[in-house]
Amino acid sequence: MDSFHSTLAPALYLVAGVLFILALRGLSSPATSRKGNRNGMLGMAIAVGTTIALLWNQLDLATWGIILGAVAIGGTVGAVIAKRIAMTAMPQLVAAFHSLVGLAAVLVAGAALYAPLGFGIADAEGIHVASLIELSLGSAIGALTFTGSLIAFAKLNGNMGGAPIMLPGRHVLNIALAAGIVILVGVLMASHGHAHWAFLALTALALILGITLIIPIGGADMPVVVSMLNSYSGWAAAALGFTLGNFALIITGALVGSSGAILSYIMCKGMNRSFISVILGGFGGDDAAAGGGGVQVDRPFKRGSAEDAAFIMKNASKVIIVPGYGMAVAQAQHALKEMCDKLKEEGVEIKYAIHPVAGRMPGHMNVLLAEAQVPYDEVFELEDINSDFRNSEVAFVIGANDVTNPAAKTDKTSPIYGMPVLDVENAGTVLFIKRSMGSGYAGIENELFFRDNTMMLLADAKKMVEDIVKNL
Amino acid sequence: MKRLSSLAASAFLLAAPAFADAGGVNPTIFLAAIFVLACFIGYYVVWSVTPALHTPLMAVTNAISSVIIVGALVAAAAAGLTADNWIAKILGGVAVMLASVNIFGGFLVTQRMLAMYKKKGE
Repeated sequence: MDSFHSTLAPALYLVAGVLFILALRGLSSPATSRKGNRNGMLGMAIAVGTTIALLWNQLDLATWGIILGAVAIGGTVGAVIAKRIAMTAMPQLVAAFHSLVGLAAVLVAGAALYAPLGFGIADAEGIHVASLIELSLGSAIGALTFTGSLIAFAKLNGNMGGAPIMLPGRHVLNIALAAGIVILVGVLMASHGHAHWAFLALTALALILGITLIIPIGGADMPVVVSMLNSYSGWAAAALGFTLGNFALIITGALVGSSGAILSYIMCKGMNRSFISVILGGFGGDDAAAGGGGVQVDRPFKRGSAEDAAFIMKNASKVIIVPGYGMAVAQAQHALKEMCDKLKEEGVEIKYAIHPVAGRMPGHMNVLLAEAQVPYDEVFELEDINSDFRNSEVAFVIGANDVTNPAAKTDKTSPIYGMPVLDVENAGTVLFIKRSMGSGYAGIENELFFRDNTMMLLADAKKMVEDIVKNL
Repeated sequence: MKRLSSLAASAFLLAAPAFADAGGVNPTIFLAAIFVLACFIGYYVVWSVTPALHTPLMAVTNAISSVIIVGALVAAAAAGLTADNWIAKILGGVAVMLASVNIFGGFLVTQRMLAMYKKKGE
């Protein structure tokens, strides 16, 4: 081995890994984030360049053709998607990207099994046992990430209903699948990697496991699922990093794995649910569907018009906006920004309050507001703004429901009891934009709708906001 | 304190390769050391990410986890024209393509999102 292989190349991979750490570090504030992203790109360029240099003597014309062709096709597709994708579609895009990482991990693991010499993981007897474990893990986690993310994508994109699909005996089935995978890893190890069928079979079982794990999880629990799959894609990459002995891959896998795990934790905490209960699934349907259900309500409530809402807000000194998934569905963020600009001209102070699980992925609302050019220093997290509602004349709830439900604080029998909620009822008036009087995804009636200081604005969020703008 | 711990962990990580050959450490344990320390770094770095940027965080972690392309390149470059090597070459080529979608898509969509975050009056 020359010094490039033994010293310089590993050092360069390490540099790439450190640049990836800096890419995440940059995200501690929007001001440093763009520089962080450039660090990430630089790290990727170094990792790819180093690999090409290591392989230089092996690269014949056909191989160059395969690599350059693949990068050209993949890169173009990726760049076009990145440019065109609507910000409201970000959760499904991220799910789709996870599925690609998962599939790539499966393919790399398969390739390493078929051509172990190129990966330097075999001797005369066959593939090293440690490498076989890493390969199997990488492939199994990758396969599970692949199909799981496809299901998450279909649920988020509306190709599939958001309601949980409960297979009979699914826990037994999942455990059997997992046990099957473990046994097949054993078979593969015993054969020193010659039993390719065992590898294919364990990958197939993992593909099925990805489906059976995710279909019982309801649409509104998708923030946890997307974070969890993010984490899995990291662990799959790390497993293969061991096979390749590659620092960049191991460091990245660890970073991504921890990142997804922490986001899952934050999302679960935002719903006051245990990670296990989310994974076991079965909770809640699709709130967008429930919202359109037109449930009959026989209790009296106050219904208002756009004109009323405009009048109340114009005369307020402080308004807090509470956006939820309904805003994303109605694509109302730009109209909302216009409304807030008009109100600011009237001298009204505007703030935005974001619940940790508002939307379908971590930070979903923040991105939509940023897209509508809402300055990020007007946007606040739950714990920073919750005490502020009592000093505000108006809380303007657009497309959110359960995250404002006071039952979470008072009703011990409520399924959402203990979930942190925004104290919108402390504001002088609560304006609620909803399509109908239906309940939220948890299927719980929101007591707030029937209070004296609540005014319901029943309409499509975007249309209602536009009507309010006309009345300002 | 958090900051200090992450600095200490980074220092360990940077110094680690120097010890690689020192005592003839089992390579898997050596890699495991890097992995474990990187998990700690990940823990501290990710907790310091502002919640407002959690969506870009997911997009960029997507992009960087596509560094799996290094494995895909090794597979695509498999030399010697046996049937098994061709299987590896084709699997590798497809993996290079999938990872490229993610690398370009992930970094560019992150850049696009981050460009939207503006301060008041900026």
